[in-house]
Amino acid sequence: MAEKIELQKVEVWDGNYAASHALRQAQVDVVAAYPITPSTPIVENYGQFVADGYIDGEFVMVESEHAAMSGCVGAAASGGRVATATSSQGFALMVEVLYQASGMRLPIVLNVVNRALASPLNVRGDHSDMYLGRDSGWIQMDAFNAQEAYDMNLCAFRVGEHMDIRLPVMVHQDGFITSHTAQNVNPLSDEEAYKFVGVYNPVEEMLDFSRPVTYGAQTEEDWHYEHKARQHKALMDARPVIESVFAEFQKVSGRQYKRVETYMTEDAEVIIVALGTTVESARVAAKQLREEEGIKAGVVAPRVLRPFPFDAIRDALQNCKAIGAMDRSSPGGALGMLFNEVSAAMYTTSARPVMSNYIYGLGGRDLSINAIKDIYRELQENATAGEITTPVQQFISLRGPKLSFFETRRS
Amino acid sequence: MVEIRWHSRAGQGAVTGAKGLGDVVSTTGKQVQAFALYGSAKRGAAMRAYNRIDDEQIINHEKFMNPDFVLVIDPALAFTDDITVNDKPTTQYIVTTHTDKETLIAGIPALQDKADRVFIVDCMEISVDTIGRAVPNAPMLGAFIKISGMFELDYFLDRMKKVLSKFPQKIIDSNMQAITRAYNEVK
Repeated sequence: MAEKIELQKVEVWDGNYAASHALRQAQVDVVAAYPITPSTPIVENYGQFVADGYIDGEFVMVESEHAAMSGCVGAAASGGRVATATSSQGFALMVEVLYQASGMRLPIVLNVVNRALASPLNVRGDHSDMYLGRDSGWIQMDAFNAQEAYDMNLCAFRVGEHMDIRLPVMVHQDGFITSHTAQNVNPLSDEEAYKFVGVYNPVEEMLDFSRPVTYGAQTEEDWHYEHKARQHKALMDARPVIESVFAEFQKVSGRQYKRVETYMTEDAEVIIVALGTTVESARVAAKQLREEEGIKAGVVAPRVLRPFPFDAIRDALQNCKAIGAMDRSSPGGALGMLFNEVSAAMYTTSARPVMSNYIYGLGGRDLSINAIKDIYRELQENATAGEITTPVQQFISLRGPKLSFFETRRS
Repeated sequence: MVEIRWHSRAGQGAVTGAKGLGDVVSTTGKQVQAFALYGSAKRGAAMRAYNRIDDEQIINHEKFMNPDFVLVIDPALAFTDDITVNDKPTTQYIVTTHTDKETLIAGIPALQDKADRVFIVDCMEISVDTIGRAVPNAPMLGAFIKISGMFELDYFLDRMKKVLSKFPQKIIDSNMQAITRAYNEVK
């Protein structure tokens, strides 16, 4: 029986440590991992907890991230509660197996500590790896600080393991900005946390030799399409389950989460849509601008990126006049993902807010409160003019000449 | 909001110092943030660590700050790093140095008109004398609580003992000595 840890009511943890305590409290059976900066401490701490007798589990050392996720698939198919962590290049190397895991409907929890993708090599935070995973069939939950990295991990097991869902879940946090920033965290006790996550219920486990099953079968044009359609339906149907898990989590923690988080949006004319720590920094900027300049600023953030909260995004944004979608990933010859997905959602309503796209913070470039305020001021001009007064896509806080693309054709 | 910037070399313990300070401050019911600008930094490379302390939850994640306190825990960095960058008219400086205050300020043009806000302490000597190694983070904490007036010495020592409780008693004792000496010697 694993030993317990008496946690303080308030701990000062960084996002990595917070995530590893959640894995400990969930009593994860197997972590197969190939550690990579900045996610390394999550699996390192899991290994320490196992060695020190705080988890009845197993740390499997492997030779690559491809093998790490393959080990997770094997362990999950065998009937264990499984988790791991990765970042950036490691995530990229896992991609092939990510699709296997979701296709086999294995509820693995993957902590993705978001980091830029090379080249040039860069260990710092941006959302390139999170964006790379968005068609992989995983549920993606996003933490904006260390507390949420802990909370989302506990919720992730409940969501992924739900009998109506059975899908793998990624929990994202910003590399270094969240993963290596220590902040006040209020953890649940070991008993409360395990009670919330619950005992793992395997489905079609391979170690049940009385009922042999096959994982990873081949299907061609006869059945592949039906499998993928069911998988997509499971993702879409996860929306109410996620909401019910969040509601239950609020009962035990007092902390409320939604698929789309809103801040001061009631009367907002200009709204920033963002992910990660940027959401919180934007809240600081929005509050200051309301007090200092009377700009009715708000913030909208997908807490759950997949399944994309198409419905909740429309509800949150339909009454505002101008929206700035902030993408922390090199858009690779297109408009940013948030710009495209939010615009599509709004276009299926009668609302026609002015949409613009801001690329920022690649490779860990600092995003200052002042830079966010400048965006809000531009959005205010757009709202007043009723059309976009800047190029549609702008790179901000970039060295050298201004980089921007496309003029509006609304007017 | 109180904001603190540490100037250090990787390996001198600025991150541990910033996190230790955060641990102690959190026990008073305040909200804290401790982070650093590093990543692939090798031991000896110049780096910076940061603290924010506030009554409300800290949701500002910018690295940029106008610090209230600048803590320099490597003697040479006072001369080679830009320790006054983004400072305020009220920013207070605590600098590790072997020399006296006049000599230090004479060698750093940026500090010329800030002499009344500059404090010195020899964290290197103190840590070698007490801990036995050049780990200047613990003494800097002692100097900081004296200059900031944020805590009574005994209260801070008591809380710091709990933060260090996983270490052997000898290490805890020597750190307490280092903090106490710097508290008394900073000027």
